[in-house]
Amino acid sequence: MTKLILGRRRLLKTMGAGVAASLASPLVFTSRSYGQEFCNNPANGRVVFGFNVPQTGSYAEEGLDQLKAYELAVKHINGEGDGGMLNTLKPLSLKGNGVLGKKVEFVTGDTQTNTDAARDGARRMIERDGAIMVTGSVTSGEAIAVQSLCQEKGVIYMAGLTHSNDTTGKDKRRYGFRHFFNAHQSGVAIAPLLAQEYGTDRRAYHLTADYTWGWTQEESIKAATEALGWETVAAVRTPLGLGDYSQYLTPVMNSGADVLILNHYGHDMVNSLPQAVQFGLRDRQANGKNFEIVVPMFSELMAVGAGEAVKGIIGTSNWHWALEDEGTKAFTKSYGEAYGSPPSQSAHTGYVQALLYADACERAGTFYPPEVIKALEGFEFDGAGNGPTLYRDADHQCFKEVLVVRGNENPTSKFDVLNVVGRTARADVTYDPTIFEGELGPYEPNQC
Amino acid sequence: MNAFLAQLLNGLDKGGAYALIALGLTLVFGTLGVVNFAHGALFMLGCFCAVAFRYLLTIETVTVDPTQLSPWGQPVEVRTPLVQNWFGDFGAVLVDYSVPISVLLTVPVMLAIGIAMERGLIKHFYKRTHAEQILVTFGLAIVLQEIVKSFFGPNPVPQPIPTDLRGAADIGLLLGMEAHQLTYPWWRLIYLFFSLAVIGGVFAFLQFTTFGMVVRAGMADRETVGLLGIDIGRRFTIVFGLAAVVAGVAGAMYTPLLAPNYLIGMDFLVLSFVVVVVGGMGSLTGAVAAGFLLGILQSFASMTEVKSLFPGIDQVIIYLVAVVILLVRPRGLLGRRGVMEG
Repeated sequence: MTKLILGRRRLLKTMGAGVAASLASPLVFTSRSYGQEFCNNPANGRVVFGFNVPQTGSYAEEGLDQLKAYELAVKHINGEGDGGMLNTLKPLSLKGNGVLGKKVEFVTGDTQTNTDAARDGARRMIERDGAIMVTGSVTSGEAIAVQSLCQEKGVIYMAGLTHSNDTTGKDKRRYGFRHFFNAHQSGVAIAPLLAQEYGTDRRAYHLTADYTWGWTQEESIKAATEALGWETVAAVRTPLGLGDYSQYLTPVMNSGADVLILNHYGHDMVNSLPQAVQFGLRDRQANGKNFEIVVPMFSELMAVGAGEAVKGIIGTSNWHWALEDEGTKAFTKSYGEAYGSPPSQSAHTGYVQALLYADACERAGTFYPPEVIKALEGFEFDGAGNGPTLYRDADHQCFKEVLVVRGNENPTSKFDVLNVVGRTARADVTYDPTIFEGELGPYEPNQC
Repeated sequence: MNAFLAQLLNGLDKGGAYALIALGLTLVFGTLGVVNFAHGALFMLGCFCAVAFRYLLTIETVTVDPTQLSPWGQPVEVRTPLVQNWFGDFGAVLVDYSVPISVLLTVPVMLAIGIAMERGLIKHFYKRTHAEQILVTFGLAIVLQEIVKSFFGPNPVPQPIPTDLRGAADIGLLLGMEAHQLTYPWWRLIYLFFSLAVIGGVFAFLQFTTFGMVVRAGMADRETVGLLGIDIGRRFTIVFGLAAVVAGVAGAMYTPLLAPNYLIGMDFLVLSFVVVVVGGMGSLTGAVAAGFLLGILQSFASMTEVKSLFPGIDQVIIYLVAVVILLVRPRGLLGRRGVMEG
């Protein structure tokens, strides 16, 4: 049995302390120290970034490349290596000693090119590993799911490669930011070259990956090509990760179409484009014209995977390692020395996102998410490989020039697979944010 | 008409793959009475025989060329396959034709794997229930998948079509149409003829050889054949090896059409079981006929006109047919009376 022994003096002391605490409490609640209580606050602990990318599945190759770039970004933020884009990014507050004086650590996850696995991985990073920021994706399905989770948890999400209009459209979130371009911008950028190369009297057949990215790309490219005067003969959805597209390609031959538009990415495109070429589509004549294939969004890794089939194919890209600006040169040099190959656009966007988040914390002087968000919103920067770039506050979409690329007919090395044949100015790919629905949501962070 | 012919060719080509896998599955069920859920893994192992063979052929020597610099300022590495160093142009041809040549390697490897699998594991489950056979073979499939994953990684490994066999054959010209009206990829046509040749070979082997006659007799009445002093068990072991070879070569030749990863067998396993059920458990001709039939049906279900009437039908047509067959004729199209009935 326990006896409670409370003397008169001790009772008075305790009561005095209680009264003092009650009187002081409103001050505490309004102080910055309370405001700093947020999910995975690294004030007294580690600064952990969560790199959540597909390492298996249809988009694994792009994901693994992105992961390598994230690891390089952490090295540069912590002051290791040659500094990469820290030497070119302007304005820049990072000092090469970590973020706010703390060295950055990281955890990684495999999203398996699967929305549920991506969400589970991000949850694990936030709840178990203490990630202050989550970044990475190669599918828009993953990006949208993780972005939504991060809003719930009050953790900032710097999206990786995601091209669906929905990411910064109807599914945008206050805690989500996208550096990569989107399907609407691809449509605007590619249309003039399509008109110039293939004319304005064309009949297009779309094969579209059946998920959010495919749907919005199909919608944007249809809108852009129909505005040119093209007719859309059919738009057929194909399951993600299909492999054998023969049953979808044979109907194209007799559809009356003279252009096949492949709204596929990653392994899907690496399979569908060569198979379309194997079926002899590019040797055909239809409606008195040469049959053409267009891949509205593609990357160097896909071009390497698709091999010979990619020669002459027109598409758009967010970035290319052979650009001549100082940011691109610095990043390509760092990445090439580290990994023996040039970086992909997937690697580039991941690297830039990690640097931008770290720099925003440094500028805000805190890891407190609402302040970091405000530091990113409306931020104008240069030296990251895409020319002057704006992180628009209205939808957290980056605005910069968009590249139009074409499969290289005469490559001089195994990396020399794409040529940049056009650049669409930032002003031309800037659109009114209200064309897409959605609300960003509140700044106030949730406790995870 | 062109659309119809193109879809028919596509269906035959798909059907060839389905028929080859289902044929091996039926051989094992018909002779040993074993429901082999590891059969898809045998197809996968065949795929990776082709991959491994190409890996061997493309072991490279690496030399640094200081006169050429990469975009990041390092000397360029020049990589040359060893076989090309040793045999010159012939070595380059070997690398180019690695997939068809790998079939020659696949046959003995798969025969050895099949025999080892039957002697080491399957024979201990002959008298167990089908549920137990399914559990043990499914477990074996997972073990095989994980072994392959540990060697070759989790992602698909593309295999190239030989340069001369890329592109499409102008079938339309043969039928009196204008050029390029009906084209079909050469490799898919080759795969179709390859599958027909393998199927023909297996049937001929069972029909016209003494070994085949004994196996067929054993399938009909194992006890009586045993009483005649014939070691039917040994022959059935070889049949299991034969089934593994059929699945393996089907996989090796399929790699240029679909880059294999360690899960490719599972994707085909479900389909091939449906094919076997539709064709009739234990019926070799049923398996082949159902393979081609379902391939063609799946292909026609993908036509725009059909999908506009029944959206999504291409994804479910095979399973719909299986459901109807199970309801109307449980023994399958060409199954023996009494099997799977009652």
